[in-house]
Amino acid sequence: MARASEAVLNRTFAALTDPTRRAILARLEKEPGLSVSELARPLAVKLPGVMKHLDVLEDAGLLSRSKHGRTVSVSLTPDPMREAMAWLRHYERFWTVRLDRLTAYAEAKEARRSGK
Amino acid sequence: MTSLTLVRRIKARPDIVFDALVTPEGIAQWWGPDAGPVLVAQSDPRAGGRFKVRFRLLDGSEHESAGEFLEVDKPRLVRMTWRWTTGGADPGESLVTMALRPVPEGTELTFTHARLQDEESRLSHEEGWIGALDKLEKMFG
Repeated sequence: MARASEAVLNRTFAALTDPTRRAILARLEKEPGLSVSELARPLAVKLPGVMKHLDVLEDAGLLSRSKHGRTVSVSLTPDPMREAMAWLRHYERFWTVRLDRLTAYAEAKEARRSGK
Repeated sequence: MTSLTLVRRIKARPDIVFDALVTPEGIAQWWGPDAGPVLVAQSDPRAGGRFKVRFRLLDGSEHESAGEFLEVDKPRLVRMTWRWTTGGADPGESLVTMALRPVPEGTELTFTHARLQDEESRLSHEEGWIGALDKLEKMFG
């Protein structure tokens, strides 16, 4: 893959600073090909606002839209983004399970110590 | 983008949580993700000390991870490097930070796992721009 120009990088980075846009990307990572209205439904932003966010993300090369009849479906495009999210999801599962066990262990230990 | 943060409130005082996190006795109790045993729990929790944990899952597979403690400040903070030492593709070295804060019910643990720069470089070599993107993100915090 050719190295992206600084302008593209800036645009990509700017796209990621917004929590609504990050939420959109996270959702698309789990459910690729959602329609725009499905994507907008759980968000606190109205449809025109969502469209603007999608424009920004598409300009940044992070997603693509395709039209099937009257429905526009949205998917993530870039491998780097997908790869980063796979990493996050993997380790989130990994550490969540461990921290559950750690919590149970530490709380049992505290209960024993306080009980004395 | 490529760091994970989990926050837990634990009903135990910080020194208990801290010892559970870093001592071999503690690690042996919670490190396995299922009922499979922890086979090795070595930990020397001081700056420059090493850490190694090997465990077996119920499916019989064995996994090992290791790292080095960079900062150990009982009962407030642990920073350590972390990597898998078994398995196929090495996902590279990463950084684990565990910050503990006393709260009325016990301890608030903020657990962060972040990919390190050498791994970012490897990825950026493979994937074009992700490393630079992460640097940018850090810059803007």
